[in-house]
Amino acid sequence: MSTQVEERGDGVRVYRNDPNLPPIAVEEPHTITPKGKLIFGLIGLLGAIGWAMIALVRGENVNAVWFVVAAICTYIIAFRFYARLIEYKVLQPRDTRMTPAEEFENGKDFMPTDRRILFGHHFAAVAGAGPLVGPVLAAQMGYLPGTMWIIIGVVFAGAVQDYMVMHMSIRRRGRSLGQMARDELGPVGGWAAILGVLTIMIILIAVLGIVVIGALAESPWGVFSVGLTIPIALFMGVYLRYIRPGAVNEVSLIGVALLILAILAGGWVHEHDTLSQTFTLSKETLAWLLIAYGFCAAVLPVWLLLAPRDYLSTFMKVGTIALLALGILIARPVVKMPAVTEFASTGTGPAFAGSLFPFLFITIACGALSGFHALISSGTTPKLIEKESQARMIGYGSMLTESFVAVMAMVAAVSIDQHIYFAMNAPAGLTGGTPETAAAYTNGLGLVGPGGAALANIDPALLSQAATDVGEKSIISRTGGAPTLAFGMSEVMSAFGGAGMKAFWYHFAVMFEALFILTTVDAGTRVARFMFSDAIGNLPGLGKFKDPSWRIGAWICSLIVVAGWGSILLMGVRDPLGGIYTLFPLFGIANQLLAAIALTVVTTILIKQGKAKWAWIPGIPLAWDLLVTLTASYQKIFSDVPAIGYFANHDKFVTAKEGGKILAPAKTMEDMDKVIRNTTIQGWLSISYAVLVIIVVLAALAVMLKALRSGGLPTSEAEDVPSKIFAPRLFLPTKAEQDVLDEWKEAGLDPTPVGAHHG
Amino acid sequence: MTLLDMSRSLRWFWSGVTGADAYDRYCAHLQRVHPGCPLPTKSDFWREKYAEMERNPKSRCC
Repeated sequence: MSTQVEERGDGVRVYRNDPNLPPIAVEEPHTITPKGKLIFGLIGLLGAIGWAMIALVRGENVNAVWFVVAAICTYIIAFRFYARLIEYKVLQPRDTRMTPAEEFENGKDFMPTDRRILFGHHFAAVAGAGPLVGPVLAAQMGYLPGTMWIIIGVVFAGAVQDYMVMHMSIRRRGRSLGQMARDELGPVGGWAAILGVLTIMIILIAVLGIVVIGALAESPWGVFSVGLTIPIALFMGVYLRYIRPGAVNEVSLIGVALLILAILAGGWVHEHDTLSQTFTLSKETLAWLLIAYGFCAAVLPVWLLLAPRDYLSTFMKVGTIALLALGILIARPVVKMPAVTEFASTGTGPAFAGSLFPFLFITIACGALSGFHALISSGTTPKLIEKESQARMIGYGSMLTESFVAVMAMVAAVSIDQHIYFAMNAPAGLTGGTPETAAAYTNGLGLVGPGGAALANIDPALLSQAATDVGEKSIISRTGGAPTLAFGMSEVMSAFGGAGMKAFWYHFAVMFEALFILTTVDAGTRVARFMFSDAIGNLPGLGKFKDPSWRIGAWICSLIVVAGWGSILLMGVRDPLGGIYTLFPLFGIANQLLAAIALTVVTTILIKQGKAKWAWIPGIPLAWDLLVTLTASYQKIFSDVPAIGYFANHDKFVTAKEGGKILAPAKTMEDMDKVIRNTTIQGWLSISYAVLVIIVVLAALAVMLKALRSGGLPTSEAEDVPSKIFAPRLFLPTKAEQDVLDEWKEAGLDPTPVGAHHG
Repeated sequence: MTLLDMSRSLRWFWSGVTGADAYDRYCAHLQRVHPGCPLPTKSDFWREKYAEMERNPKSRCC
């Protein structure tokens, strides 16, 4: 059976693998029609106006709607031209070829899935708390640098990574990033990559834990309503198993209704004298509870807790993001933050230390470039995709959507009053923790408005009133990004229901972030346990650990993984410097280093395939990413500024301790010891990440040189198997694709005869 | 497009995204590829699906 080509005029070609069946692939010319030129010209013009409004005109009243306009127009142009260039010139998908989904169809994890559904599925899997937190912290440098990095970064780095990794995994039977690294870079690079993924997962869970604890500490409303999500999920699990198996949508709707009730009930707890005392928990107590929860969740059956909470989290994710977008368009908030603040150059910002380069690009990872996505883009989605050419819409397109979520988080953060923003995001060591001291702190910052005029000083009552409005005891030093985002969202969302609803929306936002994070804690612990038991199962005498059904082994490995992230979590919440301030950069570095591994694998494959001419497409983001992360790692390790360098800070505290002095923000000698110990661990973590990535890159360079010398090398790409199904490449079929769909219909056949389909 | 069609499309899309249609799709797959094969019951299918998730954990993103 060989492929037959038919010319259909206007450069359209259709392909058949079976002469008796309608075509299975359509190829269209990549020239643009005059009408298309006009439309894209107008979109480009509108985008340019949006950029001019936020970057050049600035002024006292920048409306947040311009952020949305600039972002969306840039995405459309990038998707139409840059992603298409990558498609035609670099990846060259062949729709005559079976995808792993078609070839290994088993009705379960391998199954061709409608592209529109898969887009939603992939987006739900990649979007989490990351794109919401990073931009909020980065807002301390002003709205412009962060917004530019989110939008430009996604176009040239993040979406390129996701798209290319997905394509290459499709060509390799849905292999994971770790497996591809081993196949393409050899054993050393491969093992370094797997070790990198495992350790990165640990730090990621710990930092997300600190974020959620930052939102729940000293907040009876938050603790009560988020706590209720556990019994709600358990109820849903039991319902799905014993009462109505498979009624996923039904039980999710019940669950969401219960969640809303839980938020309302939280308001009542907040008002109640005794109950509000009971649910006021310290950071350390919450950290222990989260550790206990993480262990239990990872050893309990999937159906009881993980799966139902995952359904809830998907519902809340899509619903809240849609509501936030609508809220921004209705409320059209005015930006309160200047385009660039002095913290961009001085590097003395309170939310995280360090100057714009490299630390802004570390802080905003998800939303611009997120290495973690490479794990979803390889493995899961390639086993469900119908056609190779759909990877542009699903891989590149989903990442653009995630970037848009990050832009909205930025908008929510920069439309908050600056005094409130800095009072919330500075560690307690700076604000002093009371409205009076916090107001004195922010008044002393010399804040200026977007137009450059100095901001009037505030009265401490403004800070206490803001806390009362959202149903919290205090909003001072609520670091971690989640409370600030919730606060910003409550202002935007008060477009629905007025100011009286602020407290509800604030806790709605906290709930939705907590749900994401709890799911990541649980799923991440399971994945890390799996990788860990697989790794130690290779050691002599420990082969039994490879058996996933061995419960004791699973318990032991879960305990080790939880101890790993739990100790970092405790270190973070006890840290007198504030866990986010010291650990968030490490999280960003870890995530960006994972991106470096993914981009290295992709670049190596292109060079092996003799496409060195196009290696710049993943090569430029790779070089940029390495520059950023290695500079950041270098500064974190070698900087002699104690606020930036872990070891410099270590030495400063050791010297002070030897002199018998206590340095702020430590209050006791015990605090001093904590800082000394934490800075050592953080410093060594930084070193190990940097070394791992350098090993991967060196291994890749060796392979690339060898490939260049011999003019290409074989890759692990699987052989072509002729496809038998047809599906359009984008959301809407083109004219030529519609003609082919009609031919299938006339023949009385389904172009993708898989599963429950829809017109 | 009528309101009924729209709600049907939304339901189709949403069931696909959350995976609520997994059982129907698996049965359709079995009937097409292995016509003689007996279909599992709904409750057995979901039990097996969650057991499979237990054996092959999938990561969620940050």
